[in-house]
Amino acid sequence: MNFDFDDDHRELQRAARALLDDRCTLRDVRSVFEGPAPFDADLWDAGAAMGWMGLAVPEADGGLGLGYLELCLVAEELGRALAPIPLSSSVYLGIEALLLAGSPDQRARYLPRLAAGELIATLAVQERRDRVAGFDLQTRFEDGRLHGVKAPVPDGECAGLAVVVANGGSTLALVELDGEGVRREPLASLDPSRSLARLHFDGAAAEVLGADGDGRHLLDRLYDRAAVLFAFEQLGGAQRCLDLAVGYAKERYTFGRPIGSYQAVKHKLADVFVAVELARSNAYYGAWALSTGSDELAIAACLARISATEAFQAAAEEGLHVHGGIGFTWEHDAHLFLRRARLLAVELGAARRWKRTLVHRLAARP
Amino acid sequence: MDLDDTPEEATFRAEARAWLEGEVEPLAPGEAPAAISEFEDPDEIERSRAWQARKAEAGWACFTWPVEYGGRGGTSTQRSIFAQEEARFRIPPDVFTAGIGMAGPTLLAHGSDEQKRRWLPGMARGEQIWCQLFSEPGAGSDLAALRTAAIRDGDEWVVDGQKLWSSAANLADWGLLLVRTDPDVGKHAGLTYLLVDMRSPGIDARPIRQITGGANFNEVFLTGVRVPDANRLGEVGGGWSVALTTLMNERSSLGAGGTGGALGVRALIALAAATHDERGPLLGDDAVCEAIADCYVRSKGVVYTSWRTQTAMSRGVPPGPEVSIAKLVAGRMRQDMMALALDLQDLFGAVVASDPAADHLPWDHGYLFAPAARIGGGTDEVLRNIIGERALGLPPEPRVDKGLAFREIPTGR
Repeated sequence: MNFDFDDDHRELQRAARALLDDRCTLRDVRSVFEGPAPFDADLWDAGAAMGWMGLAVPEADGGLGLGYLELCLVAEELGRALAPIPLSSSVYLGIEALLLAGSPDQRARYLPRLAAGELIATLAVQERRDRVAGFDLQTRFEDGRLHGVKAPVPDGECAGLAVVVANGGSTLALVELDGEGVRREPLASLDPSRSLARLHFDGAAAEVLGADGDGRHLLDRLYDRAAVLFAFEQLGGAQRCLDLAVGYAKERYTFGRPIGSYQAVKHKLADVFVAVELARSNAYYGAWALSTGSDELAIAACLARISATEAFQAAAEEGLHVHGGIGFTWEHDAHLFLRRARLLAVELGAARRWKRTLVHRLAARP
Repeated sequence: MDLDDTPEEATFRAEARAWLEGEVEPLAPGEAPAAISEFEDPDEIERSRAWQARKAEAGWACFTWPVEYGGRGGTSTQRSIFAQEEARFRIPPDVFTAGIGMAGPTLLAHGSDEQKRRWLPGMARGEQIWCQLFSEPGAGSDLAALRTAAIRDGDEWVVDGQKLWSSAANLADWGLLLVRTDPDVGKHAGLTYLLVDMRSPGIDARPIRQITGGANFNEVFLTGVRVPDANRLGEVGGGWSVALTTLMNERSSLGAGGTGGALGVRALIALAAATHDERGPLLGDDAVCEAIADCYVRSKGVVYTSWRTQTAMSRGVPPGPEVSIAKLVAGRMRQDMMALALDLQDLFGAVVASDPAADHLPWDHGYLFAPAARIGGGTDEVLRNIIGERALGLPPEPRVDKGLAFREIPTGR
């Protein structure tokens, strides 16, 4: 058994970290956060030059043809850095949807451009605040035309291509967002370093992705794959929050001693450490299942998703708390992590949904 | 990443399985392995001894110990593979946790050649049941505050005092005994580690009835007990570092219980599917699903963390303080899981199962036993301190007893 990443994977991870340390400091994240641009285009280009978007895309489709283990570790670094780029939308969801169900023609048209970072993709599922993802969908796809409204769509402001869940979930439609019949409306995001938009489709030209009628099944499989990649982003973010809080707890004195020497603080941080380590172990299992194409992915994705969501949230909330009043200020970076943790916690559906899915999948097992 | 065995591991696994198939019955599908035992049935103890002896005779015991001391000179990976295979068979509960799990590794780390030759081979063959005589009424989690005293008399030590919470002390042949040999130095510096023959005159082990109704842990009175100095492990006054080896092994062996969690979750799902309220099976209730999922995520997290540790060990990296995670998480998880199972049955959750061997786990006994996993081998709080200080490098809690001789340390009594 070898339940770890190998040296060549780690080398790629180190290279990603070096680039991000240089080009994606928290000051850089903040300039996207407080500025008008929906993402950091320079960082996106630098990542494209490193091949990040095409890591798990076969060479025949214009990618590097490496694998998911490499992508997992890059995701961990992006999470650690709070990278303000639309990689999760474009790669974990957009590219994966095409790899899962794209026709040869669709793959040829889009994958090389997506893998090179020249095109950004996203996935549009939810429509209304009072209807959670996948329920009571009104968007219609008929005769090659798309009608309806999708919101919120992550990175909908900057994406050029969207996979749209239509016809009550039975259809996945592929639509170019720069064409006729598409209107974008930015939405204020809880995490302004990751943009959200409302997309209006008024007879936009679209085509079916995968077999019509198979949408719900495809979406489940897409979510399982993406869950593992999101988990690594969450893991990276959680570890960084823990590192920052531990550093502060050693330096900050109160009543004559470092706050980290008080059991109330120490035990809080120990609990975060435990959550992060469990999340790491569950994420590794997800990485194994994803990279080997195992049937275990159906369970492993749930474990990785639930564990990582809880770890990032605990690390962001308790990490901020350990910083006390300073952690509550706009100037301090703790809220950047808190906001990202919240966005990622709901982007693929809340932990509650994944827990229900997990138990029903376990119950259905022989 | 590759979860499959290497060719060598696969060969080893096949050999282990073939041997086990010739020796014991496999578990039936869905059959639970031997539950936690409080060893009140003498036949059960004899079955445990006989199984250990059989394994040792055939070379399947104490894998990582050197061959000359009754082991196999093998690897920790082999040990885990054998344990995985053994768990598929109907084997008796293990009465050797304190011996093979704790005394063995402590002897290997701190014993002289003569001491290792004297105890280890018999231990591997299941000839000795061991117990740990560490805790005391006035010490508890502050283990180094113990008061049981040993005074040197020629080649012997004379021990007087009282120990508490000593599992299996009433059955044990040998005890791991931590004593104070110098009250005039700091509390950690005055301790010495002895191995005591539990049949020695002056030892009185009295079983204490536990919340489960069982009585396998004990208070042990030591009155003028003579222990030869040849039974001392480590230096006089050096007992604390020897004890730390025991404690580390205790925590990792107790934490290994987390692997049983996934099995419990399957039983919990079956229970929730078979139990109905006015809206249908309880498995359809979101709150129930979430609670079950919480247990499963934690139990698998513990298992996969142990896989990471195993992989690190196979690459020559020693396990770090993160192994304390397993006991901390698994203990709480078991308690939550058992409580949930009782909740699912409403008032029937308060009825003691008449047939624990039926197709459900004995949840009521499990619930009553669960606190033990959160207390024994270090409480949750002690483990959080260890994680905070050794894994995260946080500063220690200031201690008012620091720099004081043990004699001068204020106490509540």
